[in-house]
Amino acid sequence: MKSLIRIFAVMRKEFLQLSRDRLTFGMIVGIPLIQLLMFGYAINTDVRNLSAAYSDEADTHLSREFIAEISASQVINIRHRVSSAQELNQLLDNGTISIGIYIPDDFDRRVINRDRQAVQLLVDGTDPIILGVAQQLTSIPIAFDSQTSIRPDSNLIEVRNYYNPERRSAVNIVPGLVGVILTMTMVLFTAVAIVREKERGNMELLINTPVKTPELMLGKIFPYIFIGLIQLVIILSAGRILFSVPMRGSGLDVFATSLLFIATNLSLGLLISTISKTQFQAMQMAFFILLPSILLSGFMFPFDGMPVAAQYIAEVLPLTHFNRLIRGIVLRGADMMSMWDELVALAAFMFIALTLAIARFNKRLD
Amino acid sequence: MSDSEFAITSQGLTRRFGSLIAVNEVDLKIPRGQIYGFLGPNGSGKSTTIRMLCGLLTPSAGSAQVLGMDTRKESEKLKQLIGYMTQRFSLFEDMSVMENLRFISEIYAIDRKSRKTRVAELLEKFDLSSRIKQKAGTLSGGQKQRLALAAATLHKPKILFLDEPTSAVDPQNRRDFWETLFELAEQGTTILVSTHYMDEAARCHRLAILDQGVKVADGSPRELGNEIHSHVIEVSAEDPNLARAALVDEAKIISITQLGVRLRILIPKEFSGPVEIVSSRLGQANVDAEVEQVFPDLEDVFVAVTELRREAIAA
Repeated sequence: MKSLIRIFAVMRKEFLQLSRDRLTFGMIVGIPLIQLLMFGYAINTDVRNLSAAYSDEADTHLSREFIAEISASQVINIRHRVSSAQELNQLLDNGTISIGIYIPDDFDRRVINRDRQAVQLLVDGTDPIILGVAQQLTSIPIAFDSQTSIRPDSNLIEVRNYYNPERRSAVNIVPGLVGVILTMTMVLFTAVAIVREKERGNMELLINTPVKTPELMLGKIFPYIFIGLIQLVIILSAGRILFSVPMRGSGLDVFATSLLFIATNLSLGLLISTISKTQFQAMQMAFFILLPSILLSGFMFPFDGMPVAAQYIAEVLPLTHFNRLIRGIVLRGADMMSMWDELVALAAFMFIALTLAIARFNKRLD
Repeated sequence: MSDSEFAITSQGLTRRFGSLIAVNEVDLKIPRGQIYGFLGPNGSGKSTTIRMLCGLLTPSAGSAQVLGMDTRKESEKLKQLIGYMTQRFSLFEDMSVMENLRFISEIYAIDRKSRKTRVAELLEKFDLSSRIKQKAGTLSGGQKQRLALAAATLHKPKILFLDEPTSAVDPQNRRDFWETLFELAEQGTTILVSTHYMDEAARCHRLAILDQGVKVADGSPRELGNEIHSHVIEVSAEDPNLARAALVDEAKIISITQLGVRLRILIPKEFSGPVEIVSSRLGQANVDAEVEQVFPDLEDVFVAVTELRREAIAA
């Protein structure tokens, strides 16, 4: 009986403390809701609406019919029409599209003779899910009305697997992992580093010295930039040695992009540290960013396959932009500047987070 | 910077936390080169006042000038000129004594040449030379306090704020600590120290007594004793409990404090013949005791001013 009273006493105390910690309380409600929404809507291996472009050099009745047919499948979403295979390659390189459809000028003849492939699907094979989807598309029938009896023949449509001919998923996972690990460590390290000083009372000493807020913030960030770069080198070298992940782009581009991404995450960490009062709260908030980053950034599932709402959420996560950049540079050999809009997005994140953090960090206790 | 004779002044300094008034219209005039004490129980507003004077907290009302500078507008400029020793040990526990002092010397941007000599000087002065490699977290209470004072005085501040500096320190260390404070004051440093120890308050040149955020008295320890509004009667009895029981109903007595077999009794000055009041009560109860009037000490002053204020509020 007495033991019961004591159990209830502890229970009541826990509830009381939980209700006082509003941030934790918010997480209790927020995390399941957000997880549910993300898992329910975003995580969808039934991929649709992959960005595509086509180049129709034949431009005949039959070729137009084929394009109409393939876009009616809703598996791909045709966004561009270009005039040459070369342009399709460019769009693939800079990540604008995942699938390019190339129709040669002798398309009609090839369909009638059925001796050679009539259509090429140029696929960004770094993501095996997209590759799988492209394989499905090969079953679309192509025939003149007079040939109705002919059954669909997959030989007419050839899938050309770009960037990942061996179809290894490690090729896609490793560069993505760079971003996930950097998000995890960088946000958490800085957030906790400052909150720890608040908890231990060091902050009261620091803010009473002539050190200026930007000085304190920059001094805090720099060591972690260094740590982040070490992590980058470890992941990419291990990926190369253990999983033979190629490095097609320039090392300088990888370095510059990662530097920007690390700085963005550190700024985010600083912002969290100005909001949370305890290390535990800081960890929860870092988790709050990390979870959607892993699920929605394109790291686990193709971005194009996600519903529009999830895509909007993903656009406000730095990792989404970094994933596009790092995969483009490492796997497709893309030039960093061909994805300048992603760089601008990262820079904007960093600028906003850092400004907010410096504004919120007060060299006063009130 | 003004060269007025006061290092710190404040007018109507007030700080509210929600509905709580932590510091209520405190006026201060703290002369240069003196040790000025804030005496008061926990929660009397000592720390809050110090934090406002350092520019760490913004006053809800009123203003304060430290070295002639407004604490609201010029707090950043002030930081170079003041030293602050927090109530809780706030140096880095996972860094060594040397590393901590080096960090502080760099934060204050002391020039490279004088940095080393200054740190060495402080290590010597505060008897920490043998512990330079020890982690600050593993130091004893007295050593931590000496390290904190070394850090707070490293940049030779003109004003030193000490928030209950001796709360975790043994008596010997406390005495040494106060010796150091007097040395600093002699060299011209103004020191503002908060405490709830009467013996420490008695060592200050001047002090303010704070009670529930209000400054209830201000002056040198002797002045405060002279100006007290109460007679102090000391009763020595074999059974102080009996004596206390005999006196507790006497309406003229505002406070009875037991010190071993003695009782210290406060009676407001408006009543004459305090010794007779006490003796007759004891006589009625047949308690055998010696009764004499004594000079008030700081504790009497403290009890008198706070009790009088409570009665005034209750009335």
